[in-house]
Amino acid sequence: MTSEKPMLQVKNVWKRYDETVVLERLNADVMEGEFVTLVGTSGCGKSTFLNMLLGTVQPSKGEILLDGNPIPAEPGPDRGIVFQQYSVFPHMTVLENLIAASAFAKPGWSGRLFGQSKAKARQQALEMLEQVGLGAAANKYPHELSGGMKQRLAIAQALLGRPRILLLDEPFGALDPGIRSDMHALVLSLWREYKLTVFMVTHDLKEGFYLGTRLWVFDKLRHDPQAPGNYGAAITYDLAVGQMDKDLYQQIDEELRPMPEVSVA
Amino acid sequence: MKRLINQTPGKTLKLFLALLPFALLIVLYMASSDARLEVNPNDKLLPSFSQIGDGIDRMAFEPSKRTGEYLFWQDTASSLTRLGMGVLIAAAIGLFIGIVTGALPLFSAWLSPLLTVVSLIPPLAVLPILFIVFGLGELSKVVLIAIGITPFIARDIQRRTQEIPAEQLVKAQTLGANTSQILLRVVLPQILPKLIDAVRLSLGAGWLFLIAAEAVAATDGLGYRIFLVRRYMAMDVILPYVAWITVLAFFIDQALRWLNEKAFPWHQTGEKS
Repeated sequence: MTSEKPMLQVKNVWKRYDETVVLERLNADVMEGEFVTLVGTSGCGKSTFLNMLLGTVQPSKGEILLDGNPIPAEPGPDRGIVFQQYSVFPHMTVLENLIAASAFAKPGWSGRLFGQSKAKARQQALEMLEQVGLGAAANKYPHELSGGMKQRLAIAQALLGRPRILLLDEPFGALDPGIRSDMHALVLSLWREYKLTVFMVTHDLKEGFYLGTRLWVFDKLRHDPQAPGNYGAAITYDLAVGQMDKDLYQQIDEELRPMPEVSVA
Repeated sequence: MKRLINQTPGKTLKLFLALLPFALLIVLYMASSDARLEVNPNDKLLPSFSQIGDGIDRMAFEPSKRTGEYLFWQDTASSLTRLGMGVLIAAAIGLFIGIVTGALPLFSAWLSPLLTVVSLIPPLAVLPILFIVFGLGELSKVVLIAIGITPFIARDIQRRTQEIPAEQLVKAQTLGANTSQILLRVVLPQILPKLIDAVRLSLGAGWLFLIAAEAVAATDGLGYRIFLVRRYMAMDVILPYVAWITVLAFFIDQALRWLNEKAFPWHQTGEKS
């Protein structure tokens, strides 16, 4: 947070699929340690942007710089990810999932640890499990866990990769509201402890306001009713959370609500 | 009265209904057999159960007059060895090709079209070539089974590999995994139960190729024996052999199912996690 230069620079990024423009003219700088939440209607391109940070999607135009260098075009250990689902390995127990994370961080072809390094990874994994509240579930398989516990495991696993940036793609979208607030507390405490830079996609505006230091709203600035694919979404609001007044919240909330269906005669 | 689609049999009724067709078939056979034997006691087409029992006794529990071997057990051992080797080779090659083409687009680009074309070749049409190339010994029979079911297993495994959620592969990469680590730790263990499923499905075809190869060129084996005694219309041997093949197929299938459940407890219920 002390560094002067931004960690991440987004420079005039566009994303186009064939004739459809998904994102246009994205520009932003993000400092190390920020917690950015991305909100917007479904299909507005916020997940596409997150995938660009992840490296699974490349910009059609423009570039994203990480510490001044173009972000790698494939996923890597500097950027951790938690998806809404399928984030953990179903054939490994909770503990094995975490030990595998440590094994993947090391070179070698087998992805397994032996002897001392395995014992160390195991110890580390058990500590991490305590920290995320999964201590009692160490030997269970993911399908035996509830949705919230599964996401705790996914977060713990991502953190064992020691990422600088943590990407969260609607991680709590499938969870009950009560469990969601527990997860918010967990994410905030881990964010502080590990000094992470977090990007979180959500379609829950309240979640975007409550968590994080900065809120990005993705929406289309221009509309062509004859050719809806002509224009893409951009960042329409870039707000430091905390300095926000209630009227603005209302206004954004209105804008994000899906437009009423127009019946065609 | 409930609609037919909503009517489910209770436990006892279900068992009764399951056994009923078998019982009816046996009764029907016995009646037909009796009727024919009444007219002509030397009829060979539908032997009575006691005649079949004699046939089994002769083949399984008396040494052959010519070779001194117990033919039934020797045939069984030979056939199961061939089938087992053929299926094992097919499973190993199919697993390798399936994972490589399913997970690595660069390999899929040249292997998948080839695999599609090869899978369209009727294996039995290739049998003469196998006899010419590998001779009439064990090798050509094993190769026929392997050639016959490898494409099916490979394509099934390819599809199963592609079905693994991309999220898991991305997640592994964000943890620093390289390609071989992902293939060995994320893909392979999740594919093994699918491989056993694929083998179960391909065993039917495996038996077909085994019996075809034995019918054409062999000196023992279940298929060989059936085709041999056909010359004497020895239904008292053919029928128990067919039943025995069915029983073997059933127990092999059940054993593989059991293995799948025991070895991969996370499978079925857990695969969507």
